[in-house]
Amino acid sequence: MNTLRNSGSRDYNKSMADFEIIDVRADVGLIAYGKELKTAFENAAAGMFSIMIETETIIEKDCFNVEVGAENIEDLLVAWLNELIYLFETKGFVPAKCNIKELSETHLRAKVFGEGFSSEKHRPKTIVKAATYHDLEIKKDDSSYRIKVILDV
Amino acid sequence: MTEKFRKIDDYRWEVPIGYRAGMRVPGIIYVDERLLEEIKTDESVEQVANAATLPGIIKASLAMPDIHAGYGLPIGGVVATDINAGGIISPGGVGYDINCGVRLLRSNLKREEIQPRIKDFVRALYNEIPTGVGSKGKVRLSRGAEERQVLIKGARWAIEAGFGSSSDLDRTESRGCIEGADPDVISEKAYERGRPQQGTLGSGNHFLEIQYVADIYDEKTASAFGLFKDQVTVMIHSGSRGFGHQVCTDYLVTMEQAVRRYGINIPDRQLACAPYNTPEAQHYLAAMKAAANYAWANRQCLMFWTIEVFQRVLSISPRELGMKLVYDVAHNIVKIEEHVVDDKKIKLAVHRKGATRAFPPGHIELPPEYKEVGQPVLIPGDMGRSSFVLVGTQQAMEETFGSTCHGAGRLLSRHQAIKAAKGRAIHRELEDMGIIVMAAGRETLKEEMPEAYKDVANVVNVVHNAGISTRVARMKPMGVVKG
Repeated sequence: MNTLRNSGSRDYNKSMADFEIIDVRADVGLIAYGKELKTAFENAAAGMFSIMIETETIIEKDCFNVEVGAENIEDLLVAWLNELIYLFETKGFVPAKCNIKELSETHLRAKVFGEGFSSEKHRPKTIVKAATYHDLEIKKDDSSYRIKVILDV
Repeated sequence: MTEKFRKIDDYRWEVPIGYRAGMRVPGIIYVDERLLEEIKTDESVEQVANAATLPGIIKASLAMPDIHAGYGLPIGGVVATDINAGGIISPGGVGYDINCGVRLLRSNLKREEIQPRIKDFVRALYNEIPTGVGSKGKVRLSRGAEERQVLIKGARWAIEAGFGSSSDLDRTESRGCIEGADPDVISEKAYERGRPQQGTLGSGNHFLEIQYVADIYDEKTASAFGLFKDQVTVMIHSGSRGFGHQVCTDYLVTMEQAVRRYGINIPDRQLACAPYNTPEAQHYLAAMKAAANYAWANRQCLMFWTIEVFQRVLSISPRELGMKLVYDVAHNIVKIEEHVVDDKKIKLAVHRKGATRAFPPGHIELPPEYKEVGQPVLIPGDMGRSSFVLVGTQQAMEETFGSTCHGAGRLLSRHQAIKAAKGRAIHRELEDMGIIVMAAGRETLKEEMPEAYKDVANVVNVVHNAGISTRVARMKPMGVVKG
């Protein structure tokens, strides 16, 4: 598996572990890490937006509350990312930081901080249509979580 | 892996029942030995076999030569299920971009008339056509009655709103509208995503391309399609945008529950489905039709603005320009169609995911001017090589439920493409070939560079030689707007 950009979260959220963009033939894959599951979820969001735009210049100007539910933790991850795509497309909102306040197997509540999308400032890359269930993985080893999700672009 | 395949002939390979457990029918992949090597590098053959396990599948799980791994069904997959014998409907058999498709416009212009000003055309189109991430359409649909009309009427809504003429509908698959769309089975989220995006191109592999006809292979059919050598044509590739993406996202969740409720065994979550005669399948179909109609309205608007740009740049009348729709085809759709199987007419749900309808001469759905020759099949290639027009055949009707390939198919991942493009100026390379490109996305040109795709000529060669659609004309790019 090749890594396209390591440490794409440079100025995104310095406290977070990381994410990697991985090689998928027709689309884009994402691996996000975190000592806690919620950090991995936050990093997955950061990784997804790094595919859509240049995220380095986003400032924390506005805030949205996000709440999603699903039947299990994997579906919850897909629902979380899809909710952020929806927020981007309908409110033009790009997050600089996602703070997950509550995370259970079936429920997530977060505050996302960022600003309105500007094509001059944030330099568009590729539209992400959706997060998919294809090859979806949420794994935990001794010290951290690893999430793999494939995005339809 | 090859030893598990059976070569039927030079252009057909069988994935036999037993390749994986639970297959109800074999897989048939339309491919030659060279393309087969490329296909074996991803999961697409497994996905053909997975689709063969779906309840009610008829004859075979089919795949076209542009096949590559998708979600659930491979891109380039065709699956038909018998709706009166437990056949299922699967959103994964359609894809996220419902009715992503292509339309081709012809003109009275010849290549040499616009070649010197091709930069002006590309710049004007880039400025006029909302393109790329976060772009908003020039038609802002008002909440309520108007947006519902788009979903119910499709391209006819666009024409009633002043974007084109009713003769365009004759040359659009399904006349640009599938009956039975239900605005009430669509989530508020889909409405919100769709409202600002009507009349936008999108990004990734979506494009608007000025081309010229480089070769004619079938004079009679080309003439019926209004095509001649050195003629300027325009190809538009776009879909249902965020509206369709959200419909797919919403109904995958619904179908996950349906799979459990109806006790369906599927090998891949992205193949989640429901039997045709269930509320889940019926609601998805009604929503899918609405998204398909949204996409046809979208391409109709994009075409209208394209024609306006040509008129303005050249300062000529619509009559002099003579820019008309050749045809518009869907690439990602499920349709209820009647087909003859074992000498019996049956109703099937034909899922085409990255596949084109290719109906033969005489088919009832063809407009009068194409009835004698067959349905135009539009196959976009990459922005550096060529695109093709083919025509549907009786053999496609007999073998592939009237289906053929839809494009070149990706060869390199986006990462591999960016790596291969390192240190190169793709726009300059294309300019040296006489092709002017403008892209909204920062890395689009690298990701979409010609060598990232299979050579569409090889793909077309397979379907032509297999007889499931035959070559009519080849177009070469002159100017490209990418999202």
